[in-house]
Amino acid sequence: MDKDLKISRKKKINQAIAFSLFTFLSYFIVAILFVILAFLIYKGIGVLSWGFISEMPTDGMTSGGIYPAIIGTLILVFGSMLFAFPVGVMAAIYMNEYVKDGWIKRFIKLMTNNLAGVPSIVFGLFGMALFVNKLEFGDSILAGSLTLGLLALPVVIRTTEEALKAVDDTFRQASLGLGASKWQTTSKVVLPIAFPNIITGLILSIGRVSGETAPILFTVAAYFLPKLPSGIFDQVMALPYHLYVISTSGTNIEKSREMAYGTALILIIIVLISNLAASRLRKYFGKKVKMN
Amino acid sequence: MHKIESKNVNFYYGTNQALKDISLSIEKNTVTALIGPSGCGKSTYLRLFNRMNDLIDNTKLEGQILIDGVDIYAKSTNVDTLRKNVGMVFQKPNPFPKTIFENVAYGLRVNGVTDKKFIEERVINSIQQVALWDEVKDKLKKSAFELSGGQQQRLCIARALAIQPSVILMDEPTSALDPISTAKIEELVYELKDKYTIVIVTHNMQQAGRISDTTGFFYMGELIEFDQTKNIFTNPKEERTQNYITGRFG
Amino acid sequence: MKTNYKKFQEKFIEGLLMLSGTVTSLTVLLIVVFLFSEGLGVFNKKPIDDDFNLTIHAENRISKLSPSQVKNIFDQKIKNWKEVGGKDEKIILFKIDDISDFYTDDQLGKDFKNLSWCINDYIVKHRGVIAFFSKKYISKNFKGKILDVDKIKVSEFLSGDEWFPTARPVAQMGVKPLILGTLWVSLGAILIALPLGLAAAIYLSEIANSRIRNILKPLIELLAGIPSVVYGFFGLVIIVPLIQQLFNLPVGETALAGSVVLGIMALPTIITISEDAMRNTPRAMKEASLALGASKWQTIYKVVIPHSASGITAGAILGIGRAIGETMAVLMVTGNAAIIPTTLLEPVRTIPATIAAELGEAPNGGVHYQALFALGCILFIITLVINLLVEFVTKRKTLSKH
Ligand SMILES: Nc1ncnc2c1ncn2[C@@H]1O[C@H](COP(=O)(O)OP(=O)(O)OP(=O)(O)O)[C@@H](O)[C@H]1O
Ligand SMILES: [Mg+2]
Repeated sequence: MDKDLKISRKKKINQAIAFSLFTFLSYFIVAILFVILAFLIYKGIGVLSWGFISEMPTDGMTSGGIYPAIIGTLILVFGSMLFAFPVGVMAAIYMNEYVKDGWIKRFIKLMTNNLAGVPSIVFGLFGMALFVNKLEFGDSILAGSLTLGLLALPVVIRTTEEALKAVDDTFRQASLGLGASKWQTTSKVVLPIAFPNIITGLILSIGRVSGETAPILFTVAAYFLPKLPSGIFDQVMALPYHLYVISTSGTNIEKSREMAYGTALILIIIVLISNLAASRLRKYFGKKVKMN
Repeated sequence: MHKIESKNVNFYYGTNQALKDISLSIEKNTVTALIGPSGCGKSTYLRLFNRMNDLIDNTKLEGQILIDGVDIYAKSTNVDTLRKNVGMVFQKPNPFPKTIFENVAYGLRVNGVTDKKFIEERVINSIQQVALWDEVKDKLKKSAFELSGGQQQRLCIARALAIQPSVILMDEPTSALDPISTAKIEELVYELKDKYTIVIVTHNMQQAGRISDTTGFFYMGELIEFDQTKNIFTNPKEERTQNYITGRFG
Repeated sequence: MKTNYKKFQEKFIEGLLMLSGTVTSLTVLLIVVFLFSEGLGVFNKKPIDDDFNLTIHAENRISKLSPSQVKNIFDQKIKNWKEVGGKDEKIILFKIDDISDFYTDDQLGKDFKNLSWCINDYIVKHRGVIAFFSKKYISKNFKGKILDVDKIKVSEFLSGDEWFPTARPVAQMGVKPLILGTLWVSLGAILIALPLGLAAAIYLSEIANSRIRNILKPLIELLAGIPSVVYGFFGLVIIVPLIQQLFNLPVGETALAGSVVLGIMALPTIITISEDAMRNTPRAMKEASLALGASKWQTIYKVVIPHSASGITAGAILGIGRAIGETMAVLMVTGNAAIIPTTLLEPVRTIPATIAAELGEAPNGGVHYQALFALGCILFIITLVINLLVEFVTKRKTLSKH
């Protein structure tokens, strides 16, 4: 009995040590996050102003605002989603509602997973080779949006698929049982139920796309272009690329630090908003669905 | 002295009372069956005997449970020692992702046994007790997942036996098994009675009738009737018991 | 009629959906085609600028040299033609900048009008000469011999120690320093991220109560959402100077800085995937362990971790994959020196960073451009292997469950 108690005590001590270590490390990670956020917010908040987001950059991008970069990023996000969202949602519907389990499904799934794993710089290379050079779009909004769209595609497909999977099969059976066709069932029953989760996925991919730099380096991003584009074959500035440029190779890195902090903060704010919006939406719709 | 004694036990999940004023006593080396409709609190009650419910947040226990005359919820009680003394077998076979041998050795190892020879003897002995030895003696080093469901469940019983408990709790141990495996386990329970005190939850009336000495009928968190099995099945005092065992509800 | 129309509509929609379903496969295919057709093109090219020529004296026996021989000649490591299979003759390097040492302004003429003649003259007069100059200075009656250079070989590409694609006269395209740089940085990242990530995954899935988990999980998702260029910027302004001071280095832009930044970036992947795997451990399995008297911690390391081993492995592999492919953050903090790293405290250059830094300057379709695509191929193959590995690891798990 005495030995039992000793062992029991040893077990308790081991557990206490292990658990406090894990707890500590977890909070350490959270602390890292807070340091990153707090630092960038602290440095960036003073830079933010109406002028910062509404004016053209001046003096070799050491002062003025980042208006064209903001607009450029908005255009690119919109353009890429214009491609990735419908195609991705349709692909997911095909995968989840139409194709039967088998090698086709497995193959498409494998390819989608592979595409998701392809590094963003490779997308950049590909976009340059195909859109910029082969199809002769040049460095343009079109080329950049398509490149970003392809990058976002697996994300959209995956989140949509999950949303569709979460729809209980009984809904489908009930609808099909009433004589509705497959597409009627999908469009009238499945999609409305899955809609909130699909939109959540869309918002998250917007957050992702808006921060991507490598794919736009050689497909659209302009180093310095203090005017707005007039068509889809124009170049634009973009926030992530702008941050890269002014923090590493601008005309005067020291002088543009302020601008860099502001730009970094804007990027973080975009991510924060999209994450927040996604989780809000999930909660809001979650409640609504339950009430029905 | 009774082997297990339950005195006015109330149990709550949050505000939801799952057990209401349960009192009973169980004798040494007997098989006690707990029966009742789904959700009536059988599992909850069973899990009080090895303090498994401690793991669930936001629960509350009132009353007392004594094993060998000791209050198992007293401050001075060591949970490790209690769980070593009270083994448990679950509804679905749940071997660990380890070899057959290591599954059975697990309880010894986590309780600080290091003597190789001793562990080996115990493992072999326990596997023999559940009549699994001939089937697995050549593949002790193989993954336990390679066994059939019935074999896995017997392995889980062997695993519980290896640390030599005096009480074994079984929560619907055969509900996931085919009739042949079920028969084997029932036979085993009958044999184990010589050495252990067994409490078994079951939905199968015939099973309760075949293997148990005493039966308790639960209904909506209450213990409606607790008596010799033969009395419960041939001459129940309560109408609700009668209705249940004749299959009129539940 | 109506049902016919409906049937047609159904078919049409299904076709459309199927088409969308093939887009990802098609994209992968196109990526492969474009990447490899451009990338493999580099092995069909000579590592010498199309507009330039290497020339030697007409009587020199040599007619072809390998890129590394040319490099060694111009680095003056090879000083005699016999070392490359020619006659015993001292090698005389001729660079166009030196022309005025040999010819007067008068001879060269106004606006270097007679440059071609002078070059020709020089080459004719020196038996051991090797000259490198633009094709446009080759006159009609050129008396020298144009030297051929071997194509770039796959083996040289993969094992070459030097990456200097704009080097003259021959570009140096050895990817070894880049591959090693990538591996060093990624390995360092995973060494930082794996223990931290595992600890957090264990904490989230087994220790923290649901309230804390519901707060922490979104925070970790947030960590995943921050753009890599912001991580790079943070690394640049905080981690780089910190490392410089801490280790007393001349520059803080080092492999270590890259590893730290990438490690932070790989955390969410590792945490999310291993936590998912751990939470998939059947409750009954954990309870069985506890019921045998095991402590919670014993249950975690003896049951939960072995049970989720494949998920944890998958998380780690994917984390490495992320790190290998990451571009911007690394580009901004590792210093980008294409040298073979010997410690984590030196600047390194990774494959993705090389592509990002150089593609803008490489002329379309040239050797350099194609070499960068070849780097893309290497990167693509690595990620493919990683994906298949993950597929394999997770597949094995589903098999063992049944
Ligand atoms: N972890 C839990 N948290 C909250 N409530 C619970 C929990 N487990 C069980 N309950 C509730 O306690 C009541 C009794 O459940 P219990 O599992 O003991 O029933 P049971 O008799 O074993 O049923 P079954 O025959 O289906 O296994 C049920 O109403 C159930 O909803
Ligand atoms: Mg139960």
